[in-house]
Amino acid sequence: MMNAFAKAAIVGVGELKPTRTTNGATTLGMIAEVVKRAVEDAGLEKDAIDGLLVGPQVGETPQHVPATVAEYLGLQPKMSNVVDLGGASGAGMVWRAAAAIAAGMCEAVVCVLANTREAEAPRSPNRNPIREFDVPFGASGANIPYAMLMQRHMAEFGSTPRQFAQIAAWARHNAQHNPDAIFYGKPATVDDVLASPFVTSPLHLFEIVMPVAGGEAVVVTSAQRARTLRHRPVHLLGAGEKITHRALSQAPSLTTGPLKPSMMQAFSQAGVKADDMHLLSLYDCYTVMTAITLEDAGLCRPGQFGRWVEEHSLGFDGDRPLNTHGGQLGFGQPDLAGGMTHIVEAVRQLRHTAGARQIANANLALVTGNGATMSEATALILGGA
Amino acid sequence: MYELLKDLRVPGPIPTAITRPFWTGVQENRFQLQFCNCCEKWVFYPRALCPHCWSDRLSWREASGIGRIKTFTVVHKPGHPAWTPMAPYALALIELKEGPTMLSLLVGVDPDQVMVGMPVKLHMTRVGELILPCFEPDRVPTGESHE
Repeated sequence: MMNAFAKAAIVGVGELKPTRTTNGATTLGMIAEVVKRAVEDAGLEKDAIDGLLVGPQVGETPQHVPATVAEYLGLQPKMSNVVDLGGASGAGMVWRAAAAIAAGMCEAVVCVLANTREAEAPRSPNRNPIREFDVPFGASGANIPYAMLMQRHMAEFGSTPRQFAQIAAWARHNAQHNPDAIFYGKPATVDDVLASPFVTSPLHLFEIVMPVAGGEAVVVTSAQRARTLRHRPVHLLGAGEKITHRALSQAPSLTTGPLKPSMMQAFSQAGVKADDMHLLSLYDCYTVMTAITLEDAGLCRPGQFGRWVEEHSLGFDGDRPLNTHGGQLGFGQPDLAGGMTHIVEAVRQLRHTAGARQIANANLALVTGNGATMSEATALILGGA
Repeated sequence: MYELLKDLRVPGPIPTAITRPFWTGVQENRFQLQFCNCCEKWVFYPRALCPHCWSDRLSWREASGIGRIKTFTVVHKPGHPAWTPMAPYALALIELKEGPTMLSLLVGVDPDQVMVGMPVKLHMTRVGELILPCFEPDRVPTGESHE
């Protein structure tokens, strides 16, 4: 408990059940609903919230997002920001909240991400290097660069489609113990994953997150106040962050990413190592992302995730519980909030309120966030009291 | 494949003042990249400042059009529906001889034959209304016309 972050704790969580599509819902409305749930869960009054971190509101409110959200919710925070780190946004918010608390700027910060998902979404032209130098060649969307990462891993290390598929099968396994998961009641074996169609080879359909509507929020407050609240506080013991590129063509490496230094920084601050973790809550937009994260965490040697996955049981009741809520591959990915599902699940596990999927004696969790294509990375070490 | 590509109506580049020389060059069958006169490194994609040394002394130089496949994917379900008639097609990250890496479309090759490490060379290709700097396997040292 030596570093500044340990003065902060997550004391409330809120979550919306994912749905495939929304009909007329607004992002602002969903943000409001999930913030209310998190603040109520914390046992705090609305007026206790004096910090607000939100994500970019794509297609809805391009500017003045924090003020718009504050106004909508009737909040008057002392600090607010957009945190725009793609899938790392949720984890990036948590340490920023803790930093604001450690700096004495705030006492209780709400961090929130939510999105709608209309069946007929408009496609808007914009102007940026990816739009100019990738899209004209037929490279639209995230599937293509992640498939390229997977191909490179297979070519360089001899990893196999079956080894990647196991990660998706474990995610589905864990989702069977989470009634809110989009794939609850829909298990998938390794063979099912391999039999699912190629979207962009070597990526199969079941190795790609299911996009859903949904929302997640957490409340971060001081460790001192956390002791007076209703839940077992979950402390932020360490954090790390690194941003390296945007387009995959500009990535410094295709087999290791910025999560490696982020995780090392977080482990170092917390005075722990990867093997100490009771829960691995790792950003899993695609199977290859989990694979590289396992290697970058030092749980196995570079290129050797396949053997590690084969040697371990990744269920909530296994020897190396991974993404016990189902991960984005099993729970669903509510856009930028997808990375926050990993935080909410870690809080539940460390509070010992994860119900049917509770890990026995869980007290330490590694949470990772990953944005764009292995571009923006945030790692958190969370600990029970 | 070339006939299919000619008929595509896909989203083209949206050039900026900085990047326009690249695209104008391509339409005139010239493949030029930025070169930093200060640190002497090549730069792709085109920028206002060299990402290596932050110098603004960038000039345009003709590049070799030769490279190697760093990684690739075969797209079965394109992210943009305009590309659906071409699927499955192969996209690759190409490490250019000059140093930078670019993403491009592979032409003149069966997607199943593509491999990491494969040498490739530039093949200016008509895609809809535009010429795009695509790449093909660099097997033969002499250049036969492809049209």
